[in-house]
Amino acid sequence: MCLAIPAQICELLDDHLQLAVVDILGVRRKVSVQLLQADPPRPGDWVLIHVGFAMSKISGERAAEQLELLRQLGEAGAAQEEAGGYQVAADE
Amino acid sequence: MKYVDEFRDPALLRKALAEIRSLVEPGRTHRLMEVCGGHTHAIFRFGLKELLPPEIELIHGPGCPVCVLPMGRIDDGLELANDPECIFTAFGDMMRVPGSQGSPLESKARGADVRIVYSPLDALRIAQQNPERRVVFFAIGFETTAPSTALTLLRARELGVMNFSVFSNHVTVIPAIRAILDSPDMRLDGFIGPGHVSTVIGCRPYEFIARDYRCPIVVSGFEPADILQSIVMILRQLRAGESKVENQYGRVVPWAGNLPALKALAEVFEVRPHFEWRGLGFISQSALRIRESFAAWDAEKVMPIRGVCVADPKAAQCGEVLKGVLKPHECKLFGVECTPERPIGALMVSSEGACAAHFKYGQTRLPIVTT
Repeated sequence: MCLAIPAQICELLDDHLQLAVVDILGVRRKVSVQLLQADPPRPGDWVLIHVGFAMSKISGERAAEQLELLRQLGEAGAAQEEAGGYQVAADE
Repeated sequence: MKYVDEFRDPALLRKALAEIRSLVEPGRTHRLMEVCGGHTHAIFRFGLKELLPPEIELIHGPGCPVCVLPMGRIDDGLELANDPECIFTAFGDMMRVPGSQGSPLESKARGADVRIVYSPLDALRIAQQNPERRVVFFAIGFETTAPSTALTLLRARELGVMNFSVFSNHVTVIPAIRAILDSPDMRLDGFIGPGHVSTVIGCRPYEFIARDYRCPIVVSGFEPADILQSIVMILRQLRAGESKVENQYGRVVPWAGNLPALKALAEVFEVRPHFEWRGLGFISQSALRIRESFAAWDAEKVMPIRGVCVADPKAAQCGEVLKGVLKPHECKLFGVECTPERPIGALMVSSEGACAAHFKYGQTRLPIVTT
């Protein structure tokens, strides 16, 4: 659970909950970007996600490396499951 | 066989390995601890030990959240789960971790409403969807994960979700490192510092390690090249007779950490006077409990929790392995009675646990060609 999952910001939701729609391993999910409020991400930016929260902004190149690292560690399946499992503020 | 060429950037690896070889003092064992379970996993998976010269010994540290959780806390949590009014939620990593009365998964099989969540926000959502039930989130993790729990509690308060509570088992990395440094049977030459914990706490909290214990620490990324580069940086310090905090993972880790995360932690949590760590015993000020102002969402305040202490199975030597005194395969139960399918100790459960990593990757040791 120490290994963060890279995701790309699709859309920032205009709400006080500071949520964003991200593409995370091919699925669209809402995550919290509250921890990045000091330097908010923009659509197209890459971030590292940990338990439904964006923890840091990274470059696209680093995101690709992180994906490859997850794959090599045999964690890609678990990451896929985690990404698909996020129910964070899913639409009612 | 393991060839350096299999890696993404073999030239970088070869260069780092050559520098490591040139920096080690022949005949002297350099004992380096990787604190984080993610590093342990990567070291085993990529066979880095076998690429390194024999003078480098890697000791696996306590940075795997499920591995350091004492059985008593699991028993306490599962007692809550047995209440039919309760929905017990936890990360998937927790599901097979054994307490003295079995794991969360076994409780589920016996009829308890145990659900895997991938984010604490998902547990809050389950509470909103089930207003007639009590939803408990069994929170584990170091400073990487604790801010997420804190922000979820802030949101629960904001939304007035009163049937939600958190059973906090969050621990903090610095007291564990200090306990290891103070342990009389431990001699370390340097630390490979945790990567993602440091995105939250930054690098400054490690300064006492360099200053008071004269021990180098390098915060490291998770790629094989990152880990080798961090070892180079530690060895350079040792060679120069220095001890300082360095940040190899600067592309992700800011020196000052993540201020919104630290602020949320401070608002919701306070330091516990002491907390039990599996294998390491009670460590003072090593864990986070929920502040009085959030007592209405603190499972330890709103639910009956006995606070049991349970001794680890006698034959298992998890404590010695956690402290790096024993290698995983030197435990009497390793691979025989204790396997990833039927774990007795928590180190065998998570892929970040030294025993599970050793079991998975350590047994198929093949001849190595490094250059």
